[in-house]
Amino acid sequence: MIHFLAIDSAAVDWARAQFALTAAYHWLFVPLTMGLAVIMAIAETCYYRTGKVFWKTTSQFWQRLFGINFAMGVATGIILEFEFGTNWSNYSWFVGDIFGAPLAIEGIVAFFMESTFVAVMYFGWEKVSRGFHLTSTWLTGLGATISAWWILVANSWMQYPVGCAFNPDTMRNEMTSFWEVAFSPFAVDKFLHTVISTWIIGAVFVVAVSAWYLLKKREAEREMAIKSIKIAAVVGLLASVGAAVTGDESAYKVAQVQPMKLAAMEALYNGGHDVSLTAVAAVNPFSQPDYKQEEEAPWRIAIPYGLSILGTRTLHGFVPGVNDILKGYTCEDGTVEPSAAEKMERGKMAIIALNNYRRLCADEETFADQDSDGLIAAEKEKQLAVLTENFKYFGYGYIRDESELVPYIPVNFWAFRIMVGLGTLFIFYFAYLMFLWWRKKDISSMKWLLIAAIVMLPCAYVCSESGWLVAEFGRQPWTIQDMLPVTASISDIGSSAVATTFWLFLFLFTAMLVVEISIMLKQIKRGISE
Amino acid sequence: MYPLFSFLQTVISSQEAMAGDKLMFLQHYWWLLVSVLGALLVLMMFVQGGNSLIFSLGVTDDERRMLINSTGRKWELTFTTLVTFGGAAFAAFPLFYSTSFGGAYWLWMLILVTFVVQAVSYEFQHKQGNLLGARPFQFCLQLNGILGPLLLGGAVATFFEGSNFVVAKSNMLEGLAAGGSVVISSWANASHGLDALLCPWVLVFGFAVVFLTRILGILYFMNNVEDANIRSRGSVRLVGQAVPFLILFVAYLVHLLLKDGYAYDAATGAIVVEPYKYLHNLLALWPLAIVLVTGIILVLYGLFRTIVSKTYVGGIWPAGVGTVLTVLVLLLIAGWNCTAFYPSTADLQSSLTIVNASSSLFTLRTMAYVSLVIPFVIGYIAYVWRLMDRKKITKEEITETHHAY
Repeated sequence: MIHFLAIDSAAVDWARAQFALTAAYHWLFVPLTMGLAVIMAIAETCYYRTGKVFWKTTSQFWQRLFGINFAMGVATGIILEFEFGTNWSNYSWFVGDIFGAPLAIEGIVAFFMESTFVAVMYFGWEKVSRGFHLTSTWLTGLGATISAWWILVANSWMQYPVGCAFNPDTMRNEMTSFWEVAFSPFAVDKFLHTVISTWIIGAVFVVAVSAWYLLKKREAEREMAIKSIKIAAVVGLLASVGAAVTGDESAYKVAQVQPMKLAAMEALYNGGHDVSLTAVAAVNPFSQPDYKQEEEAPWRIAIPYGLSILGTRTLHGFVPGVNDILKGYTCEDGTVEPSAAEKMERGKMAIIALNNYRRLCADEETFADQDSDGLIAAEKEKQLAVLTENFKYFGYGYIRDESELVPYIPVNFWAFRIMVGLGTLFIFYFAYLMFLWWRKKDISSMKWLLIAAIVMLPCAYVCSESGWLVAEFGRQPWTIQDMLPVTASISDIGSSAVATTFWLFLFLFTAMLVVEISIMLKQIKRGISE
Repeated sequence: MYPLFSFLQTVISSQEAMAGDKLMFLQHYWWLLVSVLGALLVLMMFVQGGNSLIFSLGVTDDERRMLINSTGRKWELTFTTLVTFGGAAFAAFPLFYSTSFGGAYWLWMLILVTFVVQAVSYEFQHKQGNLLGARPFQFCLQLNGILGPLLLGGAVATFFEGSNFVVAKSNMLEGLAAGGSVVISSWANASHGLDALLCPWVLVFGFAVVFLTRILGILYFMNNVEDANIRSRGSVRLVGQAVPFLILFVAYLVHLLLKDGYAYDAATGAIVVEPYKYLHNLLALWPLAIVLVTGIILVLYGLFRTIVSKTYVGGIWPAGVGTVLTVLVLLLIAGWNCTAFYPSTADLQSSLTIVNASSSLFTLRTMAYVSLVIPFVIGYIAYVWRLMDRKKITKEEITETHHAY
């Protein structure tokens, strides 16, 4: 009988905290690297085509800011890659056969491209031809983008595992189709949504810095500021519309494969047909709501049919809520989704069957000469059949209480609203900048707009980080959806060791961030003067 | 016989080759690739070795800046090689990745931290607005310069000396019912990897790598920086690095050839202790012995010619190639010829081999196709740096350059 799982829950929490810390810091630097790469490459393309020194100065200026930021992305990134092993040892074995490949490809294909051509971009102005330099600048951005592709493939695979099969002899999941993994629809969408969103950050950053020059009435940087705003407005508008479209598609995909995440994002306790989309509701940001008792979150303002459209692409489609998922429900197409209790039971059956199977394999070797009737082999087949039938719910076998299956609703609910709200704001913001350009307005005299442009910068980061909060909080308790929960993924390291490195990294990253911001501000203040 | 050749022959000559043979070939192929990456990483740690000598090779501020700018253009390649080494190990030998990284936690964390602080040190140290001043960052470069090679070298030495871990896949299934740990790989002591540094032979090898990277650093500086003072100082400093390096390296090599190793039975996977295992490996895979000797001769040639000659600054080339060849052979004999590449001192049968730690046939084959781009990657890196290093670093070059550190 299985009673309970003796896992040091503090160890799991610290491992999660450390990974979240590293990822959140990493994501402060990476979007600016990728977003700025596009804008500085466009500026350098203008230089290549016109030969004007102005464009060279402009692209060199943005490249200088890029350089200050770049190293931090690299520094935080290496920790992330190794943390899969250091903190999630079981996970690394259980799915390493699939997950390791994208990481290795990222290194071989993307990182070398990035690190080689970034050096040409920095040091090559006097050493290589203009065309070669321009190519290097684009390749630096391309390298960063390809690397994003592979790491997002890896992330998407964890949210929606495809192209693999479980091998009971090696006791791990093994890849069966590389293309299914690399071009999973979930991955394609996640890649587009994430990369496009980084262009928003690049654009908001460039407009903010330029606005500061205009606000300070700096004559030397005036032309650069105005022209950079134009480039950024175009990139920003395209990107913010693109992020909205791909975001909508992402939400649809989540509804298909991670219904619990969608229910948490929407604080939808009891689902149904014709479900409305919550615009805002009084969800307590600091505690998990009593979803079992409450009908719905109080003070709810909603868009009729909105969630049914978002989740099923039909007006009346069925969207399950938290309680539906726990109790089990029948999908639109008639398939029955079992209750959490049943899934947990079947998960435990799968684990026991696998253990029996492995013991029988050992017995078979030991008693090979005594088992002439093939009794062991027959029993092995039987256990294997039980495993295969229930493997779908393998991860549920590690769940102790069904409440573990509900992600932390407040974070999902609010982070989702912040992301969508700010994302919508950016569409209007960049559209307005384009409108002013079209009407030939002099924005350097519009003080309130310039101040607003600077305020937008922290908003862009909040928006982007919120997106990751939704994606990663929403999939709890799973490291790999339905297959492996965080409690069964960790390494055998005491919580105190992980807590120590957590504080160490927090201190290091924060110190480095403070220095980076300070240097960045000084560089901006210095402007284009040498 | 030389196993790779025979496998290669099997795979090429017959389409009907058994899946088992293919798997065995790919496991050897991927151990080769991981070894090549490891060997390149040791070479590229000339960046670390060089950084550890900034204050001894450079006396004036200008000289130090030239040195920092010289390694500052290559550090990203070293970093990328380290990351790719980790990624390739993960993809090809996931059980090694999960066992070593999740077990020798502190060892890997220390390595990571020193590389992380190094990454920002170039960009930040001489910039206006750097609140901390240049000193802490130069200290970080030096810290990484010593600890990076020492700890990575130490990690490689554990391939021969063994580590204190246990692998029990049943934990994930039985730990649940028994109320015990569900984690497959666990370290058998509480130090989580720091115990490696208590083994004297790990330290001997680690410090040999430290002095080797310092030699490579000096040779690289002498080639890359055109400055009479730095070159003449480098030539002198080489002697001080060469003596301890040779003592430590020869000591370790002799120890390695005389020591026991863990061998596995190709049919059953059972692991036994075999006296003189690594010596046997070199004799069985005799072409590797020739490569090893060639590598060592090349390193010595680059080293001594630079010390003796007043004008020769090309020592990094023979010494660099020699380093790659030497380290490559050391890593290959750790994993090929039925050798456990990650021996467990806690439980013999837990030891990792390229067979029990590897990915599936499908993944190894897919990744083998991906590996075909590696020559192109090496090609464009070589092309770019031939272009970029045509002009050596001088005082003027740094002031002209747009992006000086």
